Amino acid sequence: MGILSFLVLIPTITIIAILFTNDKKQARLVSAIGTGIQLVLAGVLVWMYLTERSAGNTAAMLFTQDFMWYPNLNIHYAVGVDGISVAMIALTAVVLFAGIFASWEVEFLNREFFISLILLSGGVFGFFISLDLFTMFLFYELAVIPMYLLIGIWGTGPKEYSAMKLTLMLMGGSALLLVGLLGIYMNSAPAGQPLTFNLLEIAKVTIPIEAQRLFFPLTFVGFGVLGALFPLHTWSPDGHASAPTAVSMLHAGVLMKLGGYGCFRVAMYLMPEAAHEMAWIFIILTTISVVYGAYGAIVQKDLKYINAYSSVSHCGLVIFALLMMNKTSMDGAILQMISHGLMTALFFALIGMIYGRTHTRNIYEMGGLMKVIPFLSVVYVIAGLASLGLPGLSGFVAEMTVFVGAFQHADTFHRVATIIVTTSIVVTAVYILRVVGILLLGPIKNEEFNHFKDAKWFEKLSTITLLVMIAAIGLAPLWLSNMIQHSLIPIIQKLAVTTGI
Amino acid sequence: MNLNSFLLMRHEIVLIAVALIILIAEIFTSDQNKGRIRGLAIILFALNTIIGFFPAETGTLFGGMFTTIPLHIVVKNILNIGTLIVLIQSNAWLKTEENSDKFPEFYVLLISTLVGMFFMISAGDFLMFYLGLELATIPLAALVAYDRFRSQSAEGGIKLILSSAFSSGIMLYGISMIYGMYGSIYFDMLSPAMAMNSLTILAFIFFFAGMAFKISLVPFHLWAADVYEGAPVNVTSYLSVISKGAAVFILTVILFKVFPTISDLWQKVVWVIAVMTMTIGNLFAIRQQNLKRFIAFSSISQAGFFLLGVIGGNEMGMTAIVYYMLVYIFSNLGVFGVIAIISNKSGKENMDDYNGLYHTNPMLSLTMMLALFSLAGIPPVAGFFGKFFLFTAAAQKGFYILVLIATINTIVSLYYYLLIVKAMFINKSETPIPYFKSDFYTKLGLGICIAGLVIVGFASGIWEMIAKLAFGM
Repeated sequence: MGILSFLVLIPTITIIAILFTNDKKQARLVSAIGTGIQLVLAGVLVWMYLTERSAGNTAAMLFTQDFMWYPNLNIHYAVGVDGISVAMIALTAVVLFAGIFASWEVEFLNREFFISLILLSGGVFGFFISLDLFTMFLFYELAVIPMYLLIGIWGTGPKEYSAMKLTLMLMGGSALLLVGLLGIYMNSAPAGQPLTFNLLEIAKVTIPIEAQRLFFPLTFVGFGVLGALFPLHTWSPDGHASAPTAVSMLHAGVLMKLGGYGCFRVAMYLMPEAAHEMAWIFIILTTISVVYGAYGAIVQKDLKYINAYSSVSHCGLVIFALLMMNKTSMDGAILQMISHGLMTALFFALIGMIYGRTHTRNIYEMGGLMKVIPFLSVVYVIAGLASLGLPGLSGFVAEMTVFVGAFQHADTFHRVATIIVTTSIVVTAVYILRVVGILLLGPIKNEEFNHFKDAKWFEKLSTITLLVMIAAIGLAPLWLSNMIQHSLIPIIQKLAVTTGI
Repeated sequence: MNLNSFLLMRHEIVLIAVALIILIAEIFTSDQNKGRIRGLAIILFALNTIIGFFPAETGTLFGGMFTTIPLHIVVKNILNIGTLIVLIQSNAWLKTEENSDKFPEFYVLLISTLVGMFFMISAGDFLMFYLGLELATIPLAALVAYDRFRSQSAEGGIKLILSSAFSSGIMLYGISMIYGMYGSIYFDMLSPAMAMNSLTILAFIFFFAGMAFKISLVPFHLWAADVYEGAPVNVTSYLSVISKGAAVFILTVILFKVFPTISDLWQKVVWVIAVMTMTIGNLFAIRQQNLKRFIAFSSISQAGFFLLGVIGGNEMGMTAIVYYMLVYIFSNLGVFGVIAIISNKSGKENMDDYNGLYHTNPMLSLTMMLALFSLAGIPPVAGFFGKFFLFTAAAQKGFYILVLIATINTIVSLYYYLLIVKAMFINKSETPIPYFKSDFYTKLGLGICIAGLVIVGFASGIWEMIAKLAFGM
């Protein structure tokens, strides 16, 4: 059994182990151990991947495994990873590990909480390792559905509404996606040959352009819903605001990346001609996403809403960069996914911790937190600086690469779009600094704040894990960037062939 | 014709034997010992189910009236499994005081309808098909009216018998037109002769309308909700799962076998009916508070999904239908099992009554959730695979728009299934349904459903086996 299958197996075992626990302490301990193993495994995977590559292995996918599942329909359990999926897996493992510690003190139904959370993560891991569209779709849905219970049971505010909205919109996306995937499947082989769901096999054939025109938008929008593509992003602010801390972290940090990942790995990679034809529509939409999200964040008062709108903006940037379809910008897109995943997870973790103390998320009811909880406040500032793209942190690396790549297009349309998107940097700075000013600086608004205790050990563990990763990417982006770029080559080639670049 | 050739009818003969044994056993047991008949019935039926899996011969009887092919055997076995679950689930209900004097009749009637379905499935001509259909329907009306002191139940029985008599009449009219035109009622002789002309189309429409009544497709669905609500829960589950599954199967067979030459026409009809059935079934289901009515509309909508397999008119569609039938049995009977238990123990059937159920009865709630997710087509339970394959079958023939409408409908259905999940897991209640201990048979019934839900999808062998048999059709 290869290392990749363990990524799905360990969550399964952890879930079964949690079933046998008796109380909160045992449940969270087992979850921490399970996700810890998962983190180690992800680290080992990165290391193994880098050694394989430096040993000169140039295969598109490494550690592949292939079992026939439904011979009659040619459905396989096929797994394999390239640099991009390895990076995403590592991101997931880090966020999940931090998420378990951020939700160390869940109040009720603890076992059910951890089971749902780990089930969700299992879906995400499965999605990133899948090479077969069928299993990919299966894991995709598996990752979405626990969200309903996670938000509905343990959420805050209008949780039932948010949970239902989020689930239905994401499942609506997957309804479009399903039709798109079936369309790809039916065109996956020349007449007479057996049809296939295997990504790499399908990439070898050219899907007829008529079919591409039909199925590209379905697939792209299907994934785009999860990537908060404007105007289908509305589930995101409500969902994230109502979700409990760890769920917001995992959802904004990792699950939304499934959307971006699917967009290029499936939609653009397999249907490049249609991608070129229709890119302009989605470039306009994502430009709106980026700017609108940033402006949305300015006017919000609720900390979680601010961060949720900021996620819409940042995730819009991911899809925007993907649609620019050159090596630099796509590299930036992947970097942005990882950087945003870490940043936003850190933000949501901090918001959860602050909310746990102040019992409000309204920024105008808080102030001067820097004086009472300095550790959390400083981390918050650092996360904010990463988010607004300060050099030395991951946000800068990602955004810089995106903008450089996007500006490489010489035509007016792309350049105008890029310039508009770039303005969001300023807006981002405004909403980040505004929150820092109101929330952390100034006089202490409320007497009770003086009794706050600073971060406990598990909170520190959670935030520092994320912070280290953010700084590591910011200071030494090259190893990650190399890993990604190598894996982008086949995708770029496939995209370039059609335009003759 | 010799004694051996009767073995082709093994499934039917064994079933009839089971029914007769129960009937005779009732005569010879005293009133005190009558309770044992319940156990006897379940054991006999379980034996029948097991015997069904023994290797069987294939061939035709009575000059082509009765045929047995491997796919028929699979379908019969699937229906056997489903009926076994229904029998196990109804045990607790039949134990109650009011049923103490008449429960053997329940078994006999139920098994008679199943025999009728088996004859219908194996039919090689319209006569055998019609006989089977009537045998399957008339005892069902008696079953629906089984709670004779409840006016709703009696009303449901009357509604069922009237509407099915009406639909049978319509269907017979269509069949008589076919006979008048082509001089035959044998499926094999009809298919090459069938030509596209006005009278054939009219005959097809009459036939299809009659079948649509039986399967409760929109716009012929109006009887379903009242009958489902009026009937005892266990009968409703039988109605909505077994009898629907058998009818869909035979409809598909006849469309493939008798009407292939006018497939362009019936594909259009099926397209429209499928869209209407899925959508209207779903929209009505959203508004229901009573869970039996709710499931009635949900299963109307599910019948629309079956049509996605019908429309392709190919082996892939056939396989998907039979496979989904199996999946549907486990999912719907899982839901009904929980509803029946709660209805028996507390008399509550409304969605609000389920508020906070997870806190008092976690296992029941989890079973319900898995079964509902399976109905909605959420992985990793079997419903996901069943729906996916139905969609694949329709997509294979290029019906992408239909598939898109269907997938959107699954989202609508997910909404109202989630409403129940929400009631059980999220809503709080001052007076939740108290905890109760389930007896052995109840646990067994639900256990089989859960096992089926979890295993069927991952065990690809089941799909492969059905596919192999369907491709040999």
